Amino acid sequence: MKRVPPPVVSSPVAPPPARSAYLPGRFTALCLLGAMLLLTVLASIVIGAKHIPPGQALAAVLAPDGSENALIVQQLRLPRTLLGVGVGAALGLAGALMQALTRNPLAEPGLLGVNGGAAVAVVTVIALFRVDDVLVYVWAAFLGAAGAAALVYAVGTRGRSGATPARLVLAGAGINAVFSSLTAGLMLLSPRSFGGFRFWQVGSLSGRDLEVFLRIGPFLLAGTVLALLLARPLNALALGEDTGRALGARPGRTRALGALAVVVLCGAATAAVGPIMFLGLAVPFTVRALAGPDQRRVLPYSLLLAPVLLLWADILGRVVAAPGELETGLVTAFLGAPLLALMVRRGRVPQL
Amino acid sequence: MSTSRVLRAGTFSLRWEPWSVAVCAVLTGIALGAAVVVVGTGELPLSVTEVLAALTGQGDRATEFIVLNLRLPRAVTGLLAGIALGLSGAIFQSITRNPLGSPDLIGFTTGSATGALVQILVVGGGALAVAASSVLGAVLTALAVYLVAYRGGVHGYRLVLVGVAAAAMLESFNAYLITRAELREAYEAAFWLTGSLNGRSWQHAWPLAAAMVVLVPVALAFGRRLRMGELGDDAALALGVPVQRTRAALVVTGVGLVAVATAAVGPVPFVALAAPQLARRLTRRPGTQPVPSALMGAALLVFSDLVTLHLPIPLPVGVVTGVLGGVYLVWLLSSEGARGRA
Repeated sequence: MKRVPPPVVSSPVAPPPARSAYLPGRFTALCLLGAMLLLTVLASIVIGAKHIPPGQALAAVLAPDGSENALIVQQLRLPRTLLGVGVGAALGLAGALMQALTRNPLAEPGLLGVNGGAAVAVVTVIALFRVDDVLVYVWAAFLGAAGAAALVYAVGTRGRSGATPARLVLAGAGINAVFSSLTAGLMLLSPRSFGGFRFWQVGSLSGRDLEVFLRIGPFLLAGTVLALLLARPLNALALGEDTGRALGARPGRTRALGALAVVVLCGAATAAVGPIMFLGLAVPFTVRALAGPDQRRVLPYSLLLAPVLLLWADILGRVVAAPGELETGLVTAFLGAPLLALMVRRGRVPQL
Repeated sequence: MSTSRVLRAGTFSLRWEPWSVAVCAVLTGIALGAAVVVVGTGELPLSVTEVLAALTGQGDRATEFIVLNLRLPRAVTGLLAGIALGLSGAIFQSITRNPLGSPDLIGFTTGSATGALVQILVVGGGALAVAASSVLGAVLTALAVYLVAYRGGVHGYRLVLVGVAAAAMLESFNAYLITRAELREAYEAAFWLTGSLNGRSWQHAWPLAAAMVVLVPVALAFGRRLRMGELGDDAALALGVPVQRTRAALVVTGVGLVAVATAAVGPVPFVALAAPQLARRLTRRPGTQPVPSALMGAALLVFSDLVTLHLPIPLPVGVVTGVLGGVYLVWLLSSEGARGRA
């Protein structure tokens, strides 16, 4: 792919200095992002249909006293916030991994068949077994996601050439199309299953209790550790198959482990809250535009930035439509899309 | 890799590849054959000879009425919409040089779906109003995407990223509309959103045909430049292609094709993405193949429609195009992999 030509209009501002000159150190950046995340978490507990002062909120988390505010925090705000942090981090990280693995900046975790597989499993459960229990959805979605991703990977890696990025993308798009068509078919078979499914498919943080977070927590942790360990091998892979191999990277193993991490992270996240699109695409993109292509920056920054965006989207959804609320998935897209368009327009188009 | 031959007549010369021509012929055969069988399928089954007789004006009056007035519009709409989707997919994948740059993924199809959804769920209205607002939705979306991506010219890559952003917004807006609507209306909208050829009449086929008489020649005329554009902006400029003007013309044509196709059959998924990729693999030629892509689109859509007619339950054609196209693409990919080609 070619680089974007420099803007034709001459800019009154002096050209920016070389990248390394104004990039903050990795430690500083991580601290900044971490602080942002902490503030966001606090905001997510404090802001809502009922405002709870930060002091009381903190007290309710550390030593619940059974008051009404403490109950709200314990039962509603805390599980929701924790879920937002976990799911957001997982989606941001999985997106960064996916774009690095396929070397396609348009790739997002859904392309590995994760969303399609999860959706088809959930709609099957709804249509055939007539269940509407969030915990059952979680397991069904997780199994569906893993199965679909295994299929995509098997097709994408067949043959001597292994998983070239283009084949992986096409295999993912093909299998995703099969699954989403099956989903549409199953959904249209009975208005009843359609009634349940149309809400699942928007993606929302509300109505999930702590139990859901505890179930997916271990998967999120394992996926995160695996993903962060892959930063160096992915950097070698970015140089291209042959150069990477010459430098001692093992492209096959890196891709397989990367795909595993994407499935675990994204499968668990989708299982818990439904398909939240776009976060996995927009966050790594933004991070690369600001911090350059080094995966040792891209992965951890995405991990911290994505939950910030997701939680603010959730807060906004609660405030804007109070006393009702807008689904988190909806607000995420409406916050993230203009951001992405703006970055692209300003010419910061990082290549992979 | 097939060898190419050159046809010469005086100063006129045409380069052609026997293999590509053969592939095109086979695809045309599949599309037309499936269309004939579609016309023959229904409560009163007709044999192929009966259909052909009715089409050439040699059948009895009842058969002729059924064929020409009731069933032919469906087949014609399917053929035309398939051509339009395949061609616009080829155009956008070529401009963006990315298989994921097809109009289904960069917001144009989604935009036209939003237009139609607003009409169905919020305003209310008949088939013609729905078609009109779906064209309007696609055109407005394309205009917005083009303007946001424009900065002293439009680069394919910028176009596709802005398009993906627009698609994400519109898609979640569509889902929002569906969750907020009454169940029965939402169900009807979801059916439309899957893409269907049920109950298509000449009212659907004629506007589509009229639009395509204008759009298809333009698209094909730019077909050669399309391939030069894939060499990169600088190389294409050096070869004498006015890159920005060509791109603007192609975007307009491609959006037009997608808009009229979606207005006629709804946002049928995957045809625009899969047809160019399948065509490219079948013709075994590098670069975008506009004509084979268009024929592939028609064959895929009409054959899928034939399958829906034989299903025990009435499902929209969009369900089948995704499954058939996806399975076929996956099969091609894995047999390619087994031969060791990437």
